[in-house]
Amino acid sequence: MPSPPDTREVILEARDLTREFDGVKALDKFSFKLHRGEVLGLLGANGAGKTTAMNCLLGLTLPTSGELNAFGLPLQANRIQILQRSNFSSAYTALPGNLLVWQNLSVFARIYGVPNPKKKIAELMELLEISHLSKRVTGQLSAGESTRVNLVKAFLNDPELLMLDEPTASLDPDIADKVRKVVRKVQRERSIAILYTSHNMRDIEEVCDRVIFLHKGKIVREGTPADIVAQSSSDNLEDVFIKIARDGEILDEPKKDSAV
Amino acid sequence: MNFRIVSALVMRHLFLYSRTPMRMVELVFWPLVDLVVWGNVTVFIQKNSDEKFGGFILFFLGAMILWDILFRAQQGVAISFLEDVWTRNLLNIFVAPVRTAEYLSSTFFVGFLRILITCVVMSFVSWIGYSFNIFQLQWWLVPFFLNLMVFGWALGMISTALILRWGQAAESLAWAVPFFIQPVVCVFYRVEDMPSWSQPIAWLFPATPIFEGMREVMKTGTMSWSHLWVAAGLNVIYLTLAGWLFVWVLNLTRKRGLLTKFATQ
Ligand SMILES: Nc1ncnc2c1ncn2[C@@H]1O[C@H](COP(=O)(O)OP(=O)(O)OP(=O)(O)O)[C@@H](O)[C@H]1O
Ligand SMILES: [Mg+2]
Repeated sequence: MPSPPDTREVILEARDLTREFDGVKALDKFSFKLHRGEVLGLLGANGAGKTTAMNCLLGLTLPTSGELNAFGLPLQANRIQILQRSNFSSAYTALPGNLLVWQNLSVFARIYGVPNPKKKIAELMELLEISHLSKRVTGQLSAGESTRVNLVKAFLNDPELLMLDEPTASLDPDIADKVRKVVRKVQRERSIAILYTSHNMRDIEEVCDRVIFLHKGKIVREGTPADIVAQSSSDNLEDVFIKIARDGEILDEPKKDSAV
Repeated sequence: MNFRIVSALVMRHLFLYSRTPMRMVELVFWPLVDLVVWGNVTVFIQKNSDEKFGGFILFFLGAMILWDILFRAQQGVAISFLEDVWTRNLLNIFVAPVRTAEYLSSTFFVGFLRILITCVVMSFVSWIGYSFNIFQLQWWLVPFFLNLMVFGWALGMISTALILRWGQAAESLAWAVPFFIQPVVCVFYRVEDMPSWSQPIAWLFPATPIFEGMREVMKTGTMSWSHLWVAAGLNVIYLTLAGWLFVWVLNLTRKRGLLTKFATQ
C-alpha cells in the first residue's frame, strides 16, 4: 500500500544520481527526497554505495551525472550556504588527535559561528554524557568516546540537515542505545532531517522513519522499516537485509514477488 | 571571505603549537643550526682573506635570513595543510562552510607567524653571536621581505597541490619544493655569476630580483625599484597561477572521488 505523499518541506533531493568509478557504477540513477524532520536510513551491503551517496551529497565527491538539491538550491553552486545549515559525522573521521577536546570543539564552534559557544559546547557534552572528557587529548579517547565528541561537533551549528555515516559503529550496546536516544531526541525537538547509514538493524528500526535499501547503487526497497518487513517473506529487517545482500538482483522488482 | 572562519582555522594551529612544543623547537632549531654553521664559516673566510671580503658576512647572513623567510612562508602553507591530513581533519573542514580562499588565507597567516618567530630568533642570535644587526639592513628591505613571503605562499600552494594530486607519498615535497629552485634564484651569488645559459631561467622566479635587489640595497643603500617591481609583477602571476592550480587539483580530486580517501586514510 503506497503511503500518502509527504507534504513536509523537501530538505534534500537527489535525482538520477549516478557515480561511476572506473566504469563501475557505485550509484546508479539514485533518486530520493528527504523531508524536514524525517530520518531516512540508507541500508545495503558493504560496497552498496551508501558512503558514496553521502559524499556526493556533501559535495566531497562530484556525481558523474544527476541533480542534487538541498534546501531547494542546487548543491554545487550553493555549497557554502548549504554546509552552514548542515553537518556530518562518521565513525571513520576524527577531530585532530593532538588537540584537547574543548579546543577542537571551540575551533569548530567558531567556524560555524555558534553564538555563545562555551554554553553550547557544555550543553551538548552534557547531553551526550561526555562532560568529563573536555580536557582530555582527543587522540587518546576510546572509539566510543571519540564518536560522541564527533556528534557534539555535528550538533554544534543546530543543523537542519544531518548526515550520519555509521554513527554507532564501534559503540557498545549501552552507549549505542544512549546515542540513538539522544539523536532521536534532538532530531524531534529541532525537526532535523537526517540521512543515516548503519549496519545495525536495531539502529535502523529505532531511529529511521523510512529506509532505502541500496544494492549495487540501485534502490531495491523503500518504505518504513515495518512495511519492508511486512512486504517480504522474512520476519525481521536483518533477514530482509541478508536476502537482498545475497540475491539483490533477483529481488530487483520487490513489489511483484513480495507476499503481502 | 569570512574573517571569523580564517581566525578559527588559525586558532586551531595556535592550539596545536601551544600543545606540542616540538613544533616550536623545529621552528627555532634549524634556523639556529644554519645560522651558527654559516656564521662560523663566514668568520673563518673573513679571517683568512683580504679586505675584499669585508662585506661578505653582511651579504651572507642577510641572504640566509631572507632564504629562511621564503622557506618558512612556504612551510606555513604546506605544513598547515599536512597537519590537517595527518590528523584526518580535512574531511571536517571540507564539510564545514569553509571557502578555499579562507582555508588558504589561514595557512598564509600561519606562514606569517612562523616567519615572525624565526626572524626574531635569527636576528637576535646573529646580533649576539656575530654582531650582525639585521636592522642595519635598511628599511628598504621590508618590501623585499614582503615579496619573498608572498612568493613563499605561492610555493606553498604549489607544494600542497602536488601533495593533493599525488597523495601522501608525495609528502616530502612539502620540504623539497623550495630547494628545487634554490640553485637558480641566486640566494648566495649574483645572476652574472651563473653559467650564462642558466641566467634566463633565474629571471623566471620572483625570488631572483628579490635577492638581487637585496644585495643592491645593502651595497648602495638606495632602493632598487626596478628589482622590486619585477618581483612584485612575477609574484602576482605566481600567486594567481598557484591559487588556480590548487583549486583545479582540488576539483579534480573531487571529480575522482579521492578527496574522502585522502581525508580518512
Ligand atoms: N574513490 C573511489 N575509487 C574507486 N572506487 C570507489 C571509490 N569510492 C568508492 N568506490 C567503490 O564504490 C562502491 C561503493 O562504495 P561505498 O563506500 O559507497 O559503499 P558503502 O555502501 O558505504 O559500503 P560500506 O558498508 O562498506 O561502508 C564500492 O564498490 C567501492 O569500491
Ligand atoms: Mg560506507
